[in-house]
Amino acid sequence: MVLVVIPAYNEEKELGRVIRGLFEHGFKDVVVVDDGSTDRTATVARESGGKVLSHLLNRGQGAAIETGDSCARALQPDFVVHFDADGQFNPVDIIPALRLMQEKNLDVVLGSRFLDNRSKLPWLKKYLVLPVARWINFVFTGVALTDVHNGFRILSKKALEKIVLSQDRMAHNTEIIQQIKKHQLAFAECPVEVSYHEYGQGISGGYKIVHDLFVGLFSKTS
Amino acid sequence: MLPVQILLILFFLFSVGKVINRYRARELSVRAAVVWVLFWVFAAVVVVQPNVTSYLALRLGIGRGVDLAVYVALAGLFFMVFRLMVKIEKQSREITKLVREIALRDKNSSLEGGDLPARQAGVGVGQHPPKPPSKGDL
Repeated sequence: MVLVVIPAYNEEKELGRVIRGLFEHGFKDVVVVDDGSTDRTATVARESGGKVLSHLLNRGQGAAIETGDSCARALQPDFVVHFDADGQFNPVDIIPALRLMQEKNLDVVLGSRFLDNRSKLPWLKKYLVLPVARWINFVFTGVALTDVHNGFRILSKKALEKIVLSQDRMAHNTEIIQQIKKHQLAFAECPVEVSYHEYGQGISGGYKIVHDLFVGLFSKTS
Repeated sequence: MLPVQILLILFFLFSVGKVINRYRARELSVRAAVVWVLFWVFAAVVVVQPNVTSYLALRLGIGRGVDLAVYVALAGLFFMVFRLMVKIEKQSREITKLVREIALRDKNSSLEGGDLPARQAGVGVGQHPPKPPSKGDL
């Protein structure tokens, strides 16, 4: 069983299409974590066939993913896929990623926009924002990756048990990599296509991530 | 004595009284009460005899007493801001835990309750008031 976890905050516009896309490619176990949305996100998710977990308050993407993972730990799927709600990802990419995982017996597969040339990135993002983000990621994790803060991931049963997120907001991406290293999980990157509707987190978002990572150094996990 | 000195001393006495009251009401530990009383006594000494700070400053190799006060205050503030940041982060994570627990319980009870929408099904012990599954309830 492959369980898809989608963190969603005010994503009523794209979420239905995302869930239908997953269903069309055979992924019918979809858990949407509605992160305190003020729009019809939960209703859309339910109507499109997803199971819905509702956060009463908005707690951030990391928190929503961890709630989805907690639910997954009870359901015991073979694989958990983290997938974005805004329609940036292509469900087709899940199939070869799962194959890669099984062939190489990996615990984690991380999506990367740079392993093929399908993703068309804004210039500033490609040559300025992401290299800086990659460097910060490397400083905090010691793991060099071709892409960072890409929401596409697949976790094995073992990885699902080991990786527990305490970063509620966007720094969870880096935290996942820290935990992969800490628990010595076998991982690889796989190519994914990301289509852009809007710009993303920008510089202030990047600052918040570094801030969260720094405060995280002084906060007890779990 | 200057009027400002008298006013400040009165304020400090009032503060010490407050500390003692809070200690009696067991809202403060012995240690915290002693630290606060010492703090206000020290403040009173500085107000009555401002040269004390100059003496301390010279001892520490700082030119003026006022400079010493500013340095100590700044260091103290930075430390407090840091502690607050960590504390807020901790509380924030606790809130997340709570929100997550509620989300998962709602899910479990909706699974048990068949077709019931998640929000309508009672939760665990049953202390959670049932809510209509309207989207405006946040």
